[in-house]
Amino acid sequence: MTLMLSPNLENPDAFYEALTDAQRDLSDEQANDMNARLVLILANQVGRLEDLREAIRLAAPAEA
Amino acid sequence: MLNTYQFPEFEYVQSPEQIAGQVLRHPVVVVGAGPVGLTAALDFAARGLKVVVLDDSDTVSVGSRAVCYAKRPLEIWDRLGVADRMLDKGIGWKQGRVFFRDREVYNFDLLPEEGHKIPAFINLQQYYLEEYMVEAARSNPLIDLRWKHKVVSLHRHDDHAELAVETPDGIFRMEADWVVACDGANSDIRNMVGAEFKGQFFQDRFLIADIVMKANFPTERWFWFDPDFHRGQSALLHKQSDDVWRLDFQLGWDADPKLEKQPERIIPRVKAMIGEDVEFELEWASVYQFACRRIDDFRYGRVLFAGDAAHQVSPFGARGANTGVQDIDNLGWKLAAVIRGDAPDSLIDSYHAERAYAADDNILNSTRSTDFITPKNTASRRFRDAALALSEQFEFARPLVNSGRLSVPTPYAQSPLNTPDDAAWAGRMAPGTCAADAPVKVRGEEAWLLELLGDGFTLLSFGPVPETVSRGALTPKILVAGEDFEDSAGLVAERYDGTPGSVYLIRPDQHVAARWRQFDADKVAQAIARAMGETT
Ligand SMILES: Cc1cc2nc3c(=O)[nH]c(=O)nc-3n(C[C@H](O)[C@H](O)[C@H](O)COP(=O)(O)OP(=O)(O)OC[C@H]3O[C@@H](n4cnc5c(N)ncnc54)[C@H](O)[C@@H]3O)c2cc1C
Repeated sequence: MTLMLSPNLENPDAFYEALTDAQRDLSDEQANDMNARLVLILANQVGRLEDLREAIRLAAPAEA
Repeated sequence: MLNTYQFPEFEYVQSPEQIAGQVLRHPVVVVGAGPVGLTAALDFAARGLKVVVLDDSDTVSVGSRAVCYAKRPLEIWDRLGVADRMLDKGIGWKQGRVFFRDREVYNFDLLPEEGHKIPAFINLQQYYLEEYMVEAARSNPLIDLRWKHKVVSLHRHDDHAELAVETPDGIFRMEADWVVACDGANSDIRNMVGAEFKGQFFQDRFLIADIVMKANFPTERWFWFDPDFHRGQSALLHKQSDDVWRLDFQLGWDADPKLEKQPERIIPRVKAMIGEDVEFELEWASVYQFACRRIDDFRYGRVLFAGDAAHQVSPFGARGANTGVQDIDNLGWKLAAVIRGDAPDSLIDSYHAERAYAADDNILNSTRSTDFITPKNTASRRFRDAALALSEQFEFARPLVNSGRLSVPTPYAQSPLNTPDDAAWAGRMAPGTCAADAPVKVRGEEAWLLELLGDGFTLLSFGPVPETVSRGALTPKILVAGEDFEDSAGLVAERYDGTPGSVYLIRPDQHVAARWRQFDADKVAQAIARAMGETT
């Protein structure tokens, strides 16, 4: 597996700010739409199916 | 409604056996004369078997059904000598357009790989396809095509099945060593053997309409997601022969099928799609609900299932008839070999192994397309719309857009008939894969590789000439590049990674059974035995 789980963000605070700033004035609906587009753009950057599957698994709610 | 097509009425003839009240045992009875049953009749006859075909109707497919036929079934029909008329009458398209809401998000040019005899697909109404096959079947002395013959009961025995058949003259009994059930998605035979047919029903309805339109519309495939003229649903437009166009409107689960079939309801929908001023006439309309299901076992002793009787897919990606015809391609040579006594009965078990595997692959593809077209919840609709929105600007998102994927043959990657590779190979021709075509020359004349393959096994050698490996009726035909044909474009060597000395063993259904970097008669003999179901 090549999914990176150790810190890799160039500037975590700046990234976080950019993300939340971009959604500050959005309704939940708009923010969710935006997140969906963002997921697809980032997924294309990752590319490898195995890594994407692992990321989906990690992000999913814990099984009851 | 208008008719561009005159439905033939095939004559019912009472069979001599029914007149005589005599129970006859037939080697092979095919139930159903749809695209799959007719292909079965032609394939079995081409392999020397006598076939009786029973169909409860007396004409070809009525209504709006299959439109798009892919390369592999066309190659099979070409082998059976019926593809020319289909290709002449059928239509090709290259340009597709995808719309999201009121705008075109992208268009694409299908650029099929060059160097194949048969195009990637054609569009043609199902009734033409069946008509051409009926004509070929009727002129084949091995095929006994019987209309208005409905199978009403079936009993299985160890070495045959007993059928009761209803005709306008009453019910008579017949026996068959083998029954091939091609009686469609609502297969009676499936119920008669107690088979399970399980899968997923989609909670959605589709209006499928055929219209005749002479307007100068481009020959393209247009697919709309959530168009402004039909909010919240999808729509599709593409061309068939005779200026007939196929329109699909997704209606949703709550739609009333009776109401939606009425011309007063349909005409405004069509106008909203193609424009108020475009002149057209309605030819046919039906409302469908789609499902993806398959039978638990393609084989019930001497009763074998093929086509929609064995598997049903939603039409996105045009897979129904396309995969059904490949069932027959797989079954024909096996059945003939077993009936002739050239192969053990267990060869027929590999029919289930290979074609159930292919059916599952088709169902997976159709289900994915259906899920993209009809998102199952808000979250998946959001992703769907995100992919569509991004696709307008960014090429990366276009491969995510799924309005149906073209049907391509499923390689039998796990088949017990394959001999695994013992060397490294480039390219796609792994054991279990359908052999790729390529342009060649024979004595200076243009020809195609697939046309040169034998009716039995073929040893395709990239030199030198291998010795004959004897296997009875299935003794491989030897085909040597540079001797029997000229690899004029170099594409045979390229597609098969055909370095000098390489040898392929190709099955009667044009699938790769085994390959080696060097000819070895013992290995070839073992691989043939394995491909005949003798060892597992
Ligand atoms: C809207 C729509 C679009 C489609 N588009 C495509 C496409 O583009 N490409 C594609 O490949 N497929 C497509 N399909 C699927 C395709 O139409 C079917 O997969 C195909 O017709 C199946 O062929 P079949 O021979 O297995 O069964 P059928 O065509 O259903 O034929 C079964 C035959 O058996 C007969 N029969 C039934 N019961 C009995 C009995 N008891 N005794 C005797 N005879 C009996 C029937 O009369 C019928 O003639 C589409 C389907 C629909 C509905």
